Amino acid sequence: MERPTLPDIDRGPRMHLKTLALALAGVALSAVVAMAQTAVKPAIVYDKGGKFDKSFNEGVFAGAEKFKTETGVEFRDFEPTNDAQIEQALRRFARDGHSPIIAVGFSQATALQKVAAEFPALKFTIIDMVVDLPNVQSVVFKEHEGSYLVGLLAGMASKTGKVGFVGGMDIPLIRKFACGYVQGVKAAKKDAEIFQNMTGSTPAAWNDPVKGGELAKSQIDRGADVIYHAAGGTGIGVLRAAADAGKLGIGVDSNQNGLQPGKVLTSMLKRVDVAAYSSFKAARDGNWKAGISVLGLKEDGVGWALDDANKALITPEMKAAADKARADIISGAVKVHDYMSDSKCAV
Amino acid sequence: MSAAPIELPRWADTALVPLVSVAAALAVSGLVVIGIGESPLEATALLLRGALGSAEGIGFTLYYTTNFIFTGLAVAVAFHAGLFNIGGEGQATIAGIFAALACLWLAPLPGLLLVPLAILAAAAGGALYGFIPGWLQATRGSHVVITTIMFNFLAATLTVYLLVEVIGKPGSMQPETPEFAAHAVLTPMHKLLAPLGITLPSTPLNSAFLLALAALVAVWALIFRSRLGYAIRTVGANPRAATYAGISPARITMVAMAISGALAGGLAVNEVMGVQHRLLLDFTAGYGFVGIAVALMGRGHPVGVALAALLFGVLYQGGAELSFDKPSITRDMVVVIGGVIILFAGALDGLFRRAVALLLRPGRVA
Repeated sequence: MERPTLPDIDRGPRMHLKTLALALAGVALSAVVAMAQTAVKPAIVYDKGGKFDKSFNEGVFAGAEKFKTETGVEFRDFEPTNDAQIEQALRRFARDGHSPIIAVGFSQATALQKVAAEFPALKFTIIDMVVDLPNVQSVVFKEHEGSYLVGLLAGMASKTGKVGFVGGMDIPLIRKFACGYVQGVKAAKKDAEIFQNMTGSTPAAWNDPVKGGELAKSQIDRGADVIYHAAGGTGIGVLRAAADAGKLGIGVDSNQNGLQPGKVLTSMLKRVDVAAYSSFKAARDGNWKAGISVLGLKEDGVGWALDDANKALITPEMKAAADKARADIISGAVKVHDYMSDSKCAV
Repeated sequence: MSAAPIELPRWADTALVPLVSVAAALAVSGLVVIGIGESPLEATALLLRGALGSAEGIGFTLYYTTNFIFTGLAVAVAFHAGLFNIGGEGQATIAGIFAALACLWLAPLPGLLLVPLAILAAAAGGALYGFIPGWLQATRGSHVVITTIMFNFLAATLTVYLLVEVIGKPGSMQPETPEFAAHAVLTPMHKLLAPLGITLPSTPLNSAFLLALAALVAVWALIFRSRLGYAIRTVGANPRAATYAGISPARITMVAMAISGALAGGLAVNEVMGVQHRLLLDFTAGYGFVGIAVALMGRGHPVGVALAALLFGVLYQGGAELSFDKPSITRDMVVVIGGVIILFAGALDGLFRRAVALLLRPGRVA
């Protein structure tokens, strides 16, 4: 499937078609609007990081809350504490007839593979991973594209020609963020120097703001004046350290511009909230589809945040350059290398 | 194990004190549950029904119990030698790496040969990783409490390196090995019992549970019925007296830590070979640390360890069901309840010993 099911954030020429289709559908259905909506019993199984992690899981929760406010449909959720509970929770929700069930995070793939096969009549959505079954919707993101754009902005905003990256746990996914970022920085300043640090090699690295702050400080000491983090809760420390030193941070996943207003250059957005919301919404509207949704810049699945908190930091040239890069990536004129395609980052 | 000089009859020491501790812990947990506006009786009923009320619940409970038996025994054996092994997590992690490598590299072998070899590999990996801190303590005086906990981090780091750079599944988002071949894994209990006409729902419970039961017996025989066990207990009770009796505390320290590590390796057998069928990060999920509480509560005796492991199995499975049914009781609440039990059974052990002693033999305790 090449079309992702994210109708409300679609842009460009296709939008007219979609709007038209929606309008037509609206007319056709307005008479029977009450019956057109399928009863759904949505449920979420979070990652082991937990519901309120201020980034990834919380994004899903926010999307589900939005759905609940709009439709009044309640959802169930569960926070597993170990790997066995993931499968247990998925099966438990499935047995109770919940659908769609969102499995948050790549670590649930193996469990979902089993459970989704056992309950072919139910709908499942997995985020950040592909599970190839006829009743599973897999939502993955092109984090390298979004990281490229914030890298470009970082390269333009940097006065020293030196920028930093602080990753969370050293896994391929985070190297993918780093690799996209480096490419973006180099696109803005060919000879820019990029300092990369990973916080750690255990899951504790996702929630170590003190160490994140120390890493950011050491990069600042070496001359970095813009620092991007892809480190979950650790990043709170990165952003604070950058702000304290009068430098700029870059947020990740959710819009973190407001965490240190005026000191966060931008945030790389990964719209897991939209993915969750759309899955529930589509199921309710009866147009839920299985298959793979790869959400990149084109689909607005990733992007960069511009709001009141950072508009003073983004000059018109920077915005123009980012918009152009975005258009070039969408058109294919600029290719951003995906680290995970070959486990290499040749920049 | 305990430095408390209070003498108690054996039955009170092994059964009454732990029971009183658990009862007190449950009472305090009940107050916490009341505090968040739920009925503690209903919560207890949900917890027990979730853990023991269905074949599936029992399966999950015994699956957790398997983990706790292994890690509890690991800590208990070290305790008998007067050592505090808090490196169960690390030893199980290394055991997991060994088991995974055996399952992946020896896959051409038939299952009857491969599975025992992989289990032995796990035990060897855990033993090696327990032996090193034992050796450091015996020869360099580096305290095992410090070294074992540092070794936990080393093991985690090594796993990440291996899974990301060496044996990881190519192109996978998750640092994990490819799945083991079907003949390289332990049989799930519902398949094991199917030929006997017993139908069970699919749970993570697998034949590692039988291995855990065997380990209980083996550890009992080792500690209480063998020369080595006698030497271990002697060193634990008084290293100087042991030396006088011709037992080398240095040697016993290394041997006990190796045995302890091998037992912790059982956690890897259950998780890696029995449930996940692949090596993934952090599969130990804190079971190694809970093993300390299990050993303390079980007074280091295999029967006590088995009962304490079952209690924590009930708590883990029942707690999960509880947070399913009562969204207001989150997983963190379940951790609180477990923590209170650990606090009462482990740290506040002396509190009830004195009270029990007074109750049993008034006047004889100062």
